[in-house]
Amino acid sequence: MIEKKTFSSRLVYGLILAVITVSALSCLLPLLYTLAVSLSSKSAVAAGKVAFVPVGFTFKYYQEIMKDAQFLNSFLISVKRVVLSTAISLTVLIMAAYPLAKSARQFPARNIILWLCIFCMMFSGGLIPWYMTMKRYGLINNIFGLAVSGGLPVFNLILFVNFFQSISKELEEAAIVDGAGPWRILVSIIVPVSKPIIATVALFTIVAQWNEFFHGYILSTNLSHYPLQSYIKQMVVQIDYSTVTEDQLKHLDNLSNTALNSAKIFISMIPVLLIYPFLQKYFVSGIMLGSVKE
Amino acid sequence: MRKLSCLTAGNKKHYWLMVLPALFWMFCINIAPIGGVIMAFEDFNPGLGLFKSPWIGLENFKYMFQLKDVRQILGNTFLIAFCKIIGNLIVPVVFALLLNEVKNMVFKRTTQTIVYLPHFLSWVALGGMLMEIFGYYGPINMLLSGLGFDRMLFFQEGGLFRGLIIGSDIWKGFGFNAIVYLAALTGISQDLYEAAAIDGAGKWQRMLHITLPGIKGTIILMTVLGLGNILNAGFDQIYNLYNPAVYSAADIIDTWVYRAGLVDMQFSLASAVGLLKSVVGFTTISVSYLIAYKFAGYRIF
Repeated sequence: MIEKKTFSSRLVYGLILAVITVSALSCLLPLLYTLAVSLSSKSAVAAGKVAFVPVGFTFKYYQEIMKDAQFLNSFLISVKRVVLSTAISLTVLIMAAYPLAKSARQFPARNIILWLCIFCMMFSGGLIPWYMTMKRYGLINNIFGLAVSGGLPVFNLILFVNFFQSISKELEEAAIVDGAGPWRILVSIIVPVSKPIIATVALFTIVAQWNEFFHGYILSTNLSHYPLQSYIKQMVVQIDYSTVTEDQLKHLDNLSNTALNSAKIFISMIPVLLIYPFLQKYFVSGIMLGSVKE
Repeated sequence: MRKLSCLTAGNKKHYWLMVLPALFWMFCINIAPIGGVIMAFEDFNPGLGLFKSPWIGLENFKYMFQLKDVRQILGNTFLIAFCKIIGNLIVPVVFALLLNEVKNMVFKRTTQTIVYLPHFLSWVALGGMLMEIFGYYGPINMLLSGLGFDRMLFFQEGGLFRGLIIGSDIWKGFGFNAIVYLAALTGISQDLYEAAAIDGAGKWQRMLHITLPGIKGTIILMTVLGLGNILNAGFDQIYNLYNPAVYSAADIIDTWVYRAGLVDMQFSLASAVGLLKSVVGFTTISVSYLIAYKFAGYRIF
């Protein structure tokens, strides 16, 4: 395309680049700030000297966290929860999605089951009845309870169903003629060609389970059962601003250890940051499969 | 084909076996609690249980509407959710349009990598970060006071706090929400732009007459689906950021139900408010999906 490079068009392009750069920086700088604070000395943080580079560089807070048995315990609970829930949901969802991707002629119950799933995605009994039910099941202070507390991940089920429907039917028919049953087809034909969608759902599940804090908090009766995010949540000091004076506010600010909190917050994000490159490879296609269809 | 259907004739019982675990999970965690909503029509007493607690009909619902709290949380929920829906629509569209103009692929890729990231971070971590950054001694207020302005009390003044809630929600998702528009933009044929350029259409005119009509369908679809969430003002975010000083401005249905039910143990009242939210929310989401299906051919499966 032939484009006249006038001054005004170059100015507009420059402005566009500037706006994009600023919005990208707005996403990056808060993380850099938190990291810088977590690596700075307490006096530098209190004096407000830290911007995006550590001042009075120290690993002290990270060393302190490594000695914090509760933090490590919560970290471990979160890891277990992620592994357990990812294993359960992938197994259950792949198994269920295969028959649900069949036509209504091959599996007549398909439509009603799918509509029931959609109903469950959009309607719930609310927090209180759900909590009472979980309590009755004995899923309090229970790692298995944390893994299944969110209910059937219907959105991910739909992603699988839509993907399985797009797999070429000839592949399956050839296997049927060779005498393979439905379980054999699922394991040896469907799963191997579905790696992108399995990766997408696995990554979505890992991130969602790692980040979940509320169930971890209300389904645990004491600190020793908290997953990491719930632990971080209760650690960030809750100040009731309606009753404090300005002097008290300054005092509280000195008490709460900003640098230590920043270090904990940063460590809690590391697993997501580590899998983010893999995540990015898959989630774009994952969302497109889920939201916009031909 | 006839032979094929003979070979698969006995498959139905295997299909049922395959969906059974999912049905079991859904029944236990999603469906069974729905029975618990009868709590909303009782004066629920945990000692007596669901079936022996006294039945009081619609008393909880009548009481609910007399509470100043409840009128306030309904207002806050609508206001915050509405502002978020509008912001989460406009900002990602504008961002996608701007990013679409960028020709340097390395710059484009890098930007995308960075702006998608906040979507995947938890509100616990982001909430902790926001409290530091916008706190009394945070960098924002240091900058303001350094420039000679008054410090802004983001976590004490209702209006400021609401602004922070809406702004940070849009900030967290704008990159991620732009993905669908970026995909729609790549679907617009380059031929159209070239033809328009030959006809003498400027950049601005091409934007108005080619680009915007090209993504109009996606914009309308996302609006309709977004409006279904008018009762979801964002529990995770508000719960991680608020404090009693800003309840009047930012307490929403979900946070109130949590406090009334699981902190103050008013099980029946909290269930009633929760049930009302579930029913109205179900209606708005269903209607939005229906509209999306009728006018945009949107299908869930």
